[in-house]
Amino acid sequence: MAENTVKLHYNVDADDFTVAGEASGAVKKVLKQLGFSPEVIRRVAVAMYECEINMVIHANGGHIDVEITPEKIRMIHTDEGPGIKDIDKAMQEGYSTADEKVRELGFGAGMGLPNMKRYTDDMKITTEVGVGTVVDMTVFVNK
Amino acid sequence: MMTVKDIAEKLNLNAVCDEENTDREVTGCYIGDLLSLVMSKAQSGDAWITIQGNINVPAVASLTDSAMVIIAENMQLDPQALKRAESEGIPTYTTDKSAFQLACEIKECL
Repeated sequence: MAENTVKLHYNVDADDFTVAGEASGAVKKVLKQLGFSPEVIRRVAVAMYECEINMVIHANGGHIDVEITPEKIRMIHTDEGPGIKDIDKAMQEGYSTADEKVRELGFGAGMGLPNMKRYTDDMKITTEVGVGTVVDMTVFVNK
Repeated sequence: MMTVKDIAEKLNLNAVCDEENTDREVTGCYIGDLLSLVMSKAQSGDAWITIQGNINVPAVASLTDSAMVIIAENMQLDPQALKRAESEGIPTYTTDKSAFQLACEIKECL
């Protein structure tokens, strides 16, 4: 695995919409250079962007680790935010706890987590209220 | 084939960022302001019509591989968003037309 793995690390700043999307944009470029298909690139980029936005909106930022191999792309988003109180609810399309400011920016439609699940092949959420959340997503290349 | 440049000329759009990628073909159209929905529905090559002009618009256009962004109803692109559109090379235009009007005109072009 070692020599075929590209590892990337990004920090996501809190409350800064101007940098949200930088990590997913950078990963998109790397995947393009590595020759992944547009479909795989889109799935990874959208899932990552949604997660980045969530980290900015809800969790005071955090960090993202990305592992790229020829077979799969794994993205691990880690934050020390408030945690998700009710994951089942959060996974429902249309459910959102985002405030008005976030909605004005075009987010907060309650589609972030459902989009992440739709675009990835595997998604695990580990969360504890008051401690933080880890969203671990994988996109398989040949699926 | 209709390119970004062709559409911009035909629809009489105001260019706010058109330094790059204007020779690209436009193959479809999507209208949306909720960015998560746009991310899941807009297709590569679309002319994306929106009334949003914030920093996230160029990022979403880039992620969805939209050919161009048209900001309808006289809404404007934020200065920060403009910077991002320029750095990502996203052709972006404004107009006083409505999304419906734009979509009808684009349909005539494609």
